[in-house]
Amino acid sequence: MNVEDLLLHHEVSQFIYREARLQDNHEYDAWEALWTDDGVYWIPANGDTSDPELEMSIIYDNRSRIALRVRQFHTGKRYSQSPRSPLRRVISNVEILENDGTALVVTANAIVFEAHARGDTIWGSRNEYQLRREGGTLRMAGKKVVLTNNERALYSMAFLI
Amino acid sequence: MSTCASVIPITNANPEPRAWGDLVRENQVHGSLYTDPTIFQEELRKIWFRTWVYVGHESEVPKPNDYVMKSIGPEPILMTRDREGRIHLLHNRCPHRGNRVCMTEKGSARSFTCPYHGWTFTNDGALRGYPFPSGYEGVDRSELGLGKVARVASYKGFVFGSMAQEGPSLEEHLGAAMQAIDALCLTSPEGEVEVTAGFLKHKVKSNWKFLVENETDGYHPSFVHASIFEVAKSGIGSLYSSDSTAVSRYFGQGHSENDLRPEFRKRDVPMSWFNTTADRLPEYTRSMEAAYGVEQARKIMIDGTPHIMIYPNLFIAEIQIFVIQPLAFNESVQHVTALQFKGAPDLNRRLRQQTMGSVGPAGFLLADDAEMYERTQLGVQAKSPEWLYLGRGKHRERTDENGYLIGDATDETPTRGIWRHYRSLMEAA
Ligand code: FES
Ligand SMILES: [Fe+2]
Repeated sequence: MNVEDLLLHHEVSQFIYREARLQDNHEYDAWEALWTDDGVYWIPANGDTSDPELEMSIIYDNRSRIALRVRQFHTGKRYSQSPRSPLRRVISNVEILENDGTALVVTANAIVFEAHARGDTIWGSRNEYQLRREGGTLRMAGKKVVLTNNERALYSMAFLI
Repeated sequence: MSTCASVIPITNANPEPRAWGDLVRENQVHGSLYTDPTIFQEELRKIWFRTWVYVGHESEVPKPNDYVMKSIGPEPILMTRDREGRIHLLHNRCPHRGNRVCMTEKGSARSFTCPYHGWTFTNDGALRGYPFPSGYEGVDRSELGLGKVARVASYKGFVFGSMAQEGPSLEEHLGAAMQAIDALCLTSPEGEVEVTAGFLKHKVKSNWKFLVENETDGYHPSFVHASIFEVAKSGIGSLYSSDSTAVSRYFGQGHSENDLRPEFRKRDVPMSWFNTTADRLPEYTRSMEAAYGVEQARKIMIDGTPHIMIYPNLFIAEIQIFVIQPLAFNESVQHVTALQFKGAPDLNRRLRQQTMGSVGPAGFLLADDAEMYERTQLGVQAKSPEWLYLGRGKHRERTDENGYLIGDATDETPTRGIWRHYRSLMEAA
């Protein structure tokens, strides 16, 4: 691995850690600003091979639906997140799988601890990011969250995962 | 003197008959109905394992030898189609030592082999054979098949099962709900709905009855869903306001609905029920007109699909179906999927997209409903007051031209009906 690769890996990891912090802290606007204009936020159900154009996904948001999701949080009446779930997550195993100079495919593992009135929940996932360099900074063009238990019945998860 | 057998109390084998009238009154229900585990056990016996319960849709097993894992209450059930095309509901439990015979959600199989000792069953449940058969001399194989749900029947593709040998027929059980299913199917140019998009499984820490009651509770949407109505251009909010002309209705047999057609007819715009217009669905409009004629198609497309809760577990919510599964007195799963109409690909795509936005663990609507289910479950565990009030709209309850009880859009007419039915089921021996 040369120095350039190391620097890129560092930059990508920092981006993903920042995204994690914004999610944990419910900083919705700052999180929304990470997205490119054509971003897609996808949480498949029933494995990770389903086709979101034909089968149900837990979330399959285009950019305008991501914005709608954020606006809903801001009303203060999104009761499943009002009060907000205290969250803390650990991201690891950050790997750059593809890099064509401007577009990157990155994967990471995530463990999210959620405190909620129903009890505490631990969510585990493998995340796949499509990152793109726009005006010198990295932006998120795609995020796929493959929950480890997405074939089973899941409690509400209305926070940003 | 031996005492060891008697130290284990035998509970629940033959419980004291309960005075249900002390728990279910005309305008009130007792909080313990949601929190008492022994009541839950009794509900399993008298409702879930006795009446007709929705299991799945025929389109989930389209071809011979297809199967899918389903449930009746907490009980795991396999819905299979045998090689002749007949549908069976089988208990997913090996008759030998009780192992689960099938562990995959869905697939195609002529037979199921139990992995423990290799007994094999055909997909109609019959025991086909076992290894080392010399160990079973004189044994009657026909008695050692998979358990079968006693009665299986379907209406327009919706498959129901009843674990009781005797009882009302499915038609008697469905009653007026059959017309709602008919109206639903009419929304398809080919007269058929399909369940092909896969389910979201949303778990909640709540008693199943809170879910059933909420499905036709027209009082809550303005409040629970205020956040999404505020930010999305949705026409739903006004349907459940105090000046809405929509009605709530109780059909008997536990079935209830919110009839939104008066509002849609007032708007007089085809597809307004789906918050869109016909010209945005040109393909669908054309096939509807070809199938039913211009005038009839227009009528169907104005009226839209029903919002009906078919007791105890099938909720048809205009564009989705919900299947309610109780797991424990305080735990339930809502299985949700988009309805798909045969011969309407452009509509189906939008049905899926909208359903994915609305329901499931992160849905714009359902995450907030689920939050309420869980908070009511937490709240009802508090001691006082002991009773829950359901008298809203009692003074203005009336009967419609067909003799069904109706109330205003936000009234608790459905809930009161559901509880009267519940009481009659639970009072039966
Ligand atoms: S438990 Fe199934 S074959 Fe023994
Ligand atoms: Fe609701």
